[in-house]
Amino acid sequence: MPVIRDAVCSLCGSLCDDITVTVENNKITKIENACILGHSKFVGMLEHDRIETPMIRKDGELVPVSYEEAIEAAAKILVNSKRTLSYGWCSTSCETVSGAIQLAEETGSVIDSTANVCHGPTALAAQEKGSPSATLGEIKNRADVILFWGCNPVHAHPRHMVRYSSFSKGLFTEKGRRGRKMIVVDVRKTDTAKLSDKYVEIEQGSDLLLVTALRSIVNGREDVIPETVAGVPKAEILELAEILKNAKFVCIFFGMGVTQSRSKYKNGDAMSSLISDLNQHTKAVMIGMRGHYNVTGFGQVATWETGFPMAIDFARGYPYYNPGETGANDLLVREEPDAAIIAAADPGAHFPQKAVRHLARIPVIQIDPYPNPTTEIADVVFPAAVVGIEAEGTAYRMDAISLRMKKLIDSKFKTDEEIVKDLTEKVRKLKRGA
Amino acid sequence: MKIKANLISGRTAAQGAHLEAKTHKGYFDACAYCELNPADLERLGASEGSSLKVTTEFGDVVVFAKANEGNPDGLAFIPMGPWANAVLSPDTHGCGMPGFKGVPAEIEVTNEKPLDMKSLMKNYREA
Repeated sequence: MPVIRDAVCSLCGSLCDDITVTVENNKITKIENACILGHSKFVGMLEHDRIETPMIRKDGELVPVSYEEAIEAAAKILVNSKRTLSYGWCSTSCETVSGAIQLAEETGSVIDSTANVCHGPTALAAQEKGSPSATLGEIKNRADVILFWGCNPVHAHPRHMVRYSSFSKGLFTEKGRRGRKMIVVDVRKTDTAKLSDKYVEIEQGSDLLLVTALRSIVNGREDVIPETVAGVPKAEILELAEILKNAKFVCIFFGMGVTQSRSKYKNGDAMSSLISDLNQHTKAVMIGMRGHYNVTGFGQVATWETGFPMAIDFARGYPYYNPGETGANDLLVREEPDAAIIAAADPGAHFPQKAVRHLARIPVIQIDPYPNPTTEIADVVFPAAVVGIEAEGTAYRMDAISLRMKKLIDSKFKTDEEIVKDLTEKVRKLKRGA
Repeated sequence: MKIKANLISGRTAAQGAHLEAKTHKGYFDACAYCELNPADLERLGASEGSSLKVTTEFGDVVVFAKANEGNPDGLAFIPMGPWANAVLSPDTHGCGMPGFKGVPAEIEVTNEKPLDMKSLMKNYREA
């Protein structure tokens, strides 16, 4: 029976590349090393619902149609649209993202990734102030102080702490967890906070205040700090600043608590400044805890192809970028798109009601292996092979290291890459009458 | 009895494990609830499994009550998903990102039951 070693798990941004998969009769029968999220991803191949055939909504119901019929219908939607939103493309390969960008350019669409509801503000912060970073390998080998700010890896990236951070053992960190200090800053005592050496609970939405206070202390101006900041006593903030300054190598991992709370990208901007300040005393870096396994890859491909990492508008014939205007949610809330193509993401589940309401009103094309809330409001649906299991491709880990995902089993479904290519060809034929 | 709360949303392992199984009951169980600390639940006269109606300026949604001792007073958490998004803020403050955390909400006990995923989404098609 074939045993495939070092398979890459295509679920979260940790992109663990040490999964052992046993395949019997083209079915995955055993998974080793995966976490609960990864395990569910691999065994899901056998247990979850799939979208079994292409479908088109007729009289309110999705009915099965041929692939060619679905391609024709989807291409007509795109050609007839004046303002298409192309969204998602993060649980798929970089090769697919490249095809999706070509399609967006061909149709004059706005193309955006799930960073719009995730680390989009982190990209803005990096553009404002930079993002002093490192690979997860460097963190594993060197970081003696690890700070998780507004993120909960026990739930969102379950193997992160064992493979790359708090619990991992590396070249200069051979004592593992005993040799590292783990700090958590959050608004509630999460399961990650329960594992920390120091938990700092802040008032929700006041991250910017605490980062600013820390910066003042690191820059020698503790006299300007009031008795409490962000609900945290001054003595505790002083203690936290001392830990950071006296570390040999600090990494701040940060998540949605930072990007989605009040001040949004200004939080990441200030954190970048704090990292810069800390680098006057020691070595410090920051890494965003990316969610979708290849949301980092979307940013990479989009940046090298268009100059921008997300929210790219091709309506003018050249790439234009202004996230507060061309971001997927801003467009939908302004009721601007008259059609949407959504792949490898689920805005039906993850966008606020006002944006979903507009999506439900316009023609929506969906490409996904699995039915989800977006399917409920979609008009043309394409089933796709699961990238990383049924199709190979490249993905970027949260620290922007690229990894090659393997094909583990055969599939009757077309890949995202093939569907996008077929759709682009059809659009070109319809537009040019060729 | 109504309480005022500050509503946040976020990932949980159970929600993440159902990312590709959203038509399953497991997804409903993993997402259609609101966590408050035991003292807040007691103030509401609710216990785990009671139905709660969560109302914000953007809408309302019915979810199950769940206790979490890690939540400070007045902090409500609904896992990310269509139930949370029925009431979270679409305002991006001009930077692309909607208000998924820090939305003022009112919470009360109700006799209604949470809608399953398909029924919840059907409301959008009919709106």
